[in-house]
Amino acid sequence: MNADPAAIAVFLGLCLLVTALGFVAARWRRGDLDHLHEWGLGGRRFGAIVTWFLLGGDLYTAYTFVAVPALMFGAGAMGFFAVPYTVLVYPILFAVFPRLWSVAHKHGYVTVADFVRGRFGSGALALAVAATGIFATMPYIALQLVGMEAVIAGLGIPMTFVIGDLAIPDAPLLIAFAALAAYTYNSGLRAPALIAIVKDGLLYVTVVAAIVVIPAELGGYGKIFASVDSKSLLLPPAGAGNLGAQSAYATLALGSALALLLYPHSITGLLSSASRDAVKRNAVFLPAYSLALAAIALLGYMAIAAGVKSAPEYAAGFAGFGNNFAVPALFLKSFPAWFVGVAFAAIAIGALVPAAIMSIACANLFTRNIYREYIRSDCSPKQESSVAKLASLVVKLGALIFIVELPMKYAINLQLLGGVWIIQTFPAVALGLYTRKLHPNALLFGWASGIAAGTWMAAQSGFKPIYELVVLGTSVPCYAALSSLVLNLAVTLTLCAVFALVAPKPAHDSTLAEDYV
Amino acid sequence: MEERTDKRPSRFRYALLAAPFVAMLAVPSYNRIDPQLAGVPFFYWYQLLWIGLGALLLALVRRAERRRNDPS
Repeated sequence: MNADPAAIAVFLGLCLLVTALGFVAARWRRGDLDHLHEWGLGGRRFGAIVTWFLLGGDLYTAYTFVAVPALMFGAGAMGFFAVPYTVLVYPILFAVFPRLWSVAHKHGYVTVADFVRGRFGSGALALAVAATGIFATMPYIALQLVGMEAVIAGLGIPMTFVIGDLAIPDAPLLIAFAALAAYTYNSGLRAPALIAIVKDGLLYVTVVAAIVVIPAELGGYGKIFASVDSKSLLLPPAGAGNLGAQSAYATLALGSALALLLYPHSITGLLSSASRDAVKRNAVFLPAYSLALAAIALLGYMAIAAGVKSAPEYAAGFAGFGNNFAVPALFLKSFPAWFVGVAFAAIAIGALVPAAIMSIACANLFTRNIYREYIRSDCSPKQESSVAKLASLVVKLGALIFIVELPMKYAINLQLLGGVWIIQTFPAVALGLYTRKLHPNALLFGWASGIAAGTWMAAQSGFKPIYELVVLGTSVPCYAALSSLVLNLAVTLTLCAVFALVAPKPAHDSTLAEDYV
Repeated sequence: MEERTDKRPSRFRYALLAAPFVAMLAVPSYNRIDPQLAGVPFFYWYQLLWIGLGALLLALVRRAERRRNDPS
């Protein structure tokens, strides 16, 4: 691919700007970064607007913005499940998560496992929740690099730098991650919060330009939809004895919506907001990002209409990144060089924001729920904060090794499994916000059966999200996360009933009903 | 259970928060081409419309809650 100096200059300029911002962020709304809630939650001082940028940059990751149009490009209507998915997230955010904010604020909880520990008094259950969060998030961090790699390749920047006799593979990624690691270590959650404001500005400019400029070039939306194969424009209808793609679509939307807010990076973003009402206001205003996501999903169809796949100049990109290259190719074809720099910077920086928040969230979990719980229970606040900073480095290094050393397919498979795993914390977390009556050991057995069944189903279907259930002779394709969650709930509730008969649950709850409202 | 919120959940609020789930999970109700809007098939513009409707419903519920908690 040909490197365009204007595109590269704008791209690198914007990347340098946000790196500088990442370091300056340490002074923003200054707090004592030697405390975990200051480093890892920004001092819980973000108002509704900063929270909006932070959560928007956090929930709508670069991978989403690359993978969703790639799915539309390759599979058609099924890729649009991202829209009902994000429609369903916000009623859940609005109704359930203000309760988590309130109880966490009252008791100083930094992680969701802190809450589970306090609510159910079970170290084992809290450890299960913390470990699930860490394992579900790690491959997600690795996947953020996929979007970044695609745009770096699209700019024509070589992936291997040669200095004298020394060849450094994946050098641009190493540099980006070194910068990310340094300012996250230095500034904590303040860095992605400040960077998110710039990144989202770039993102909205890119999206507005894309939905105005590209359809005009292609002859309007009617022409764009007409260029898509009519068979993939809708979901195939249900056949005899098989609910088909429509049940896959609905369960993917619901399961993904239930899982999203349980991810540690979502919780970290929520708990960093300054008030309960900031969470509710964000449930009202965050859907603006869903509009951007829907527009970006349609870029997949625009890429079909623009015929990027058959264009020889993008063949190398498609060979390297598959359909994930559809949107970068579309931008290269449609935009002037300098604006390609802006759009690609939006994607690359869009990878750094969630990667930073995810690594901070994992670090908080490790520090609070493993280090302080099992390794040094008498650690000082300063030690706690130092351990978290180091843990954030280790997590990022792990993600980097993952993506550099292993085939990309592993990261995608594991991220899929991550969704199946994280949803298993739903009973302990979301039901736990409403009732203390669940027995922690019942929750633990439910969690384990959900993890086992979900992993098995995903593996059986060759690491595709959909596993076909047969219910009363009818075949029901269902998102494995959702069906395994149903099993989890059934096991949990059954065992709760059994344990209630055998022995009454010891009262360990350190929270009160009024802490939640 | 995700529909219950503050101290006194009302049935009306419950219904407003449940509406997006009913609409979005009833996939056969919108899995069609017509009526098109400016060349965009129904499947696509209808779901886009629900992004706005969902936000509007939450705004209504939030306003009702604030009125009740702070009757001034």
